[in-house]
Formats: sequence, C-alpha cells, structure tokens
Amino acid sequence: MTATQGRVPAAVAAEPAPARGRRTGPARVAYGYWWWCIPAVLLTGTTIYVTTVSGAFFAFTNWSGIGSFDFIGIDNFVRIFRTPELLGSLTNTLGLAIGYLVFSNVIGILFALALNRTLKTRYILRTLIFMPVVLSPIAVSFVWKFIFAFDGPLNQTLGAVGLKGLQQDWLASPALALGCVLTVMVWQNIGFVMVTYLAGLATVPPELEEAAALDGAGTWRRFRSITLPMIQPSIAIATTLSLIQGLRVFDQVAALTGGGPDNATQTLASEIYQQTFTYQQFGFGAAMALMLSALILIFTIAQQRVTRDRTEIGA
Amino acid sequence: MFRYTRATLVIEIVTIIAAIVMLLPFWILLVTAFKTGDQVLKSSAFALPGQPTLQNFVTLLSPASSSSGNIFAGLGTSLLITGGTILCLIALGSITAYVLSRTTRKWGNRTYYLFLIAIILPTQLGTLPLYIGARNLGLVGNPIGMILIYSGQLLPLSVFLYTGFFRRLPREYEEAATIDGANRLQVFARVVFPLMSPATGTVAILAGLICWNDFFTALIFLNGTEWQTLPVVMYNYVGSLVSQWNLIFAVVIVSMIPILAFYVFAQKRFIQGYAGGLKS
Repeated sequence: MTATQGRVPAAVAAEPAPARGRRTGPARVAYGYWWWCIPAVLLTGTTIYVTTVSGAFFAFTNWSGIGSFDFIGIDNFVRIFRTPELLGSLTNTLGLAIGYLVFSNVIGILFALALNRTLKTRYILRTLIFMPVVLSPIAVSFVWKFIFAFDGPLNQTLGAVGLKGLQQDWLASPALALGCVLTVMVWQNIGFVMVTYLAGLATVPPELEEAAALDGAGTWRRFRSITLPMIQPSIAIATTLSLIQGLRVFDQVAALTGGGPDNATQTLASEIYQQTFTYQQFGFGAAMALMLSALILIFTIAQQRVTRDRTEIGA
Repeated sequence: MFRYTRATLVIEIVTIIAAIVMLLPFWILLVTAFKTGDQVLKSSAFALPGQPTLQNFVTLLSPASSSSGNIFAGLGTSLLITGGTILCLIALGSITAYVLSRTTRKWGNRTYYLFLIAIILPTQLGTLPLYIGARNLGLVGNPIGMILIYSGQLLPLSVFLYTGFFRRLPREYEEAATIDGANRLQVFARVVFPLMSPATGTVAILAGLICWNDFFTALIFLNGTEWQTLPVVMYNYVGSLVSQWNLIFAVVIVSMIPILAFYVFAQKRFIQGYAGGLKS
C-alpha cells in the first residue's frame, strides 16, 4: 500500500499550476489560435454529423439514390419487420454480437490472467496472441474459409481422431455457418481483449493480493474480491467495444459466406450493403442503418450503465 | 509470493498449448502457400510441403501474370491512402487538440465534446449520404476523396488521443519559449511538436491499422475503380479463384507481409498503442 500512496504526491507535484504561469509570465502565454480548429471541425462535421443527420432523414423516404423521392413515414420500418429475411438478419446480428462479447472476453481474460506475471514465456506469448488483431479481417477470413472447407484441416482433424461422423461442409450448413463466422470474429478479437485486461491487471498492486492471501483468501476469492473490482474500467472498455464491433460485423460475412447459405448468415450491415448498393434502395437501406445505429447506441448506453465504475476510467 | 511453483509450470504448459492451437491457422497459411495445387489436394493441411515451391508467388506477382498489376496497384493505393490519412490526422488532430486542451474558454470544451460524441456515433447511418455527397463532388474512386473521408471519420479519435496527451503535458515549456520571444506558431512547431511524438505514434498506429485494413468503406467507394485498396483487390481476386487455396494463400500472405513486418519491429508500440490509447 505504501507504494501506491508514495506515488500520489509525486503525480500532484508534476501537475502544472495553470494560474501561476499566467501571473508570473511577462506576457500572455501564446497557446495557438482558435482558428487552428476549423479544418478538423469542418471535416468531422461534414463526414460524420451532416451525413448522419441526412441518413436519418432518408430513412423515412423511398429514395433510390437518384431523382426525386417521397416521404413514406415509417413504411420502411414496417417493411423491415414484415420481411422474414431481414428479421433473420436482425437476430443473427444480435446473436453474433452477444456471442462475440461473451466468448472473446472470457477467453481474453483467461489469457490475460495467465500471462499477467510469473510465466517465463509471457512476453513472446502476448506478442503472438495479439498478432491476429493487426491483420485485415478479410485476409483472416480467407484462411478460415479453407479451414472450414470440406477437404480442409477441420474435417481432416476430425477424421484423424475418429470423429468421421462430424465431417461436413461447415460453411454450407445453415445451422453451423453462423457459428463459423462467430469463431473467426472471436479468434481475431482475443488478443485485443487480452491486452485491455493486461493493462487493467497492471494496476492491481501485488501487495494487495499478497495481503489477502495471508488472510486466507483462495485464488477464486482473490479474483472475485480484488482483481475483478480493480479491473472494472478494462471490463467496461473491452465489453463495450466488443459489442459495438459485433453489431457492425460485415467483413467476415462478406469473405466467408456472402450472407449465405440461404441467408443464414446475413447481418444488418451486410443487408444494408445489399439493399443499398445492389438493389439501389437508398431509403430502405437508410432505414436499416438507422435501426442498426439505434441498436448500437442503446446497447452502448446500457453497457456503460451496467459496467460503470465508481472511479473515473483512466483517471 | 508469486514464485514459480509446480502449479505455475502446469499453467505455463496449458497456456502454451492453447496459444499453439490458436496460432495453427498461421501454420496452415504458411505451409499451404508453398504447395502446388496438386499437393494441397493430396497432402494433409498441416503437413510441410514435400518440395516447397515459389510457383504461387511467381504466378501472382511476375510481371507477365494478369494479377500482378492489380496487386501492386492495390499495394500502392493502400500505402498512398493510409499514409495520406495518417499525415492529415497528425497535422489536423494535433493542432486542434492542442488549442482545445489549452484554451480556458467555454467553446473549447464544447468543441471537444463534439469530437467525443462523434467517436461513439455509429458510422453506418452516414455512409449512404456520404457516398451520395462524395459522388456529387467527384470524390468517389479518388484517393484524395478517400483520404478526406477517412480523415473526417478518424479525426475524433485523433483529437481524443492528442487531447489526453496535451492535458498531461506541463505548460512550463511553452511559457519558457514565450518568454524567450517565440510566437504561437514557433511555440507549437519548435517546442510542442517534438514533445508529442508518443501521442503521434499511437495515432499513427491505431488510425493506420484501421485505414489499411478497412474493407467496408473501401468496397463502397473504390470497388470497380482504378484506385482499389489491397483488401478490395484481394476480395475480387479471391472471388475469381475457385478454391485454389495455394494461390489464395499466396495473396493473403502478400497482403499480410507489410503489416506483420511492421508489427515485428514495433510490436511493443502496437500493443501499448492499443492499451494506452484506450486508457488515456
């Protein structure tokens, strides 16, 4: 505990006192001009704010992308909920996002706990496990497409261990294709989640765990009562980002299945792309995009509520 | 406590096995890319190629082949767009964050919140109107348009990371420079700019990876034009190959090499960029 307490005054001392500078300085200190902000504000304003607002506007029209359009109220949304294929894409998206959140966080935290300290190979293993994160999801998906192929490594392995009965064309099965997409997504996210949790674990002082162990707390008890509360900010970040990425999934679907077989792996993002750019239904695509955005916002806010911590994140 | 006991050894072995299982796809990727099409069908996917061949890479990249032009063009376009975006984000993001973090006026904080909210705002909804707008301005299928779009979308992240950095940077440096007679531009260019390289590294790595690996935006804005980025080129090329995995994996490896080479040299910065960038 003394170590943490010793660190606080040092940090405070390093903190500059803004008022003092202004008093003692001979002239007003020049901190740049306000108009330096203009290019960034304009770029972000047009590419994010203006486009999002007009996207929400087109969601209530039947615009095809060219020519004139009519207001059709909430017809687009009614149509979404009356089309089984689109409802399927909605449940697929939710299922993928929740599976993505749960599996990548559970596996990621296990790796983080194992590689936090003591292990001799921890640095090299961290580097290797993080590696998939930096690669393009498209490239990674192509590798996995081969793994799931009928004459691919997965079926070969099943055959070698005597499970020939399980051999099948994984991506061609409507029941299993979604699980394959999820596997690829989780595989690529584990390293990121692990690193987020490692950053959190680094803030847990070993002395605290030691003291708890001396008081007779077992491994599980120490994890529940010390580690878990202290890495709360990491949990909030890792789960929120996983959920957002999961809801937006597009690349893996495009590369692995193209939405098939029989629309079994369509997600909201892949449907938006199809409706808008293949079928030229801008208004309808915008309505789906508005739905996806609303989902992301609702989930993000709910997530923040659930995982909120008493201490400020990154304070 | 936390000594290396027998239990630790068991954990270490289990973790290594788990990591090996997790990294198997890389092994499959590597061995398959050096096999002939015939060997891929006949040998186990895990087996080393009997006689390693470079034929796949030759087929792919030799000037005579039909694909090499596209692949090199894709590589060039990806470099150009990613590089341009990073420069834009560093130049605009740093000065914006600097002014916003140093001003004591109200508008500074309000503008900062504008950027913060933009980080959370989902981009899907804006993509369609952005496409229409860019099309009307002639910016679709155009690398400059792409750089502007990526910059606009990633500036909030850049401003956020730089602001976190400048808020921790003591003002004494700038005060000293001002006393020595430097003007505002000089203070920023000569004093602040050299100090901010850690933040610049984080911005470059995070935003660079997002740009380089982006598929959705690149597919919409660049597919079918002469300025396709590498992921789009790869997607189209693989679509034209029917399960010729040896060739597909050669393309995949070519597309991964630039990033992996970078990762091997700067893996600490990559990992810190992700962990530290999120914390600040």
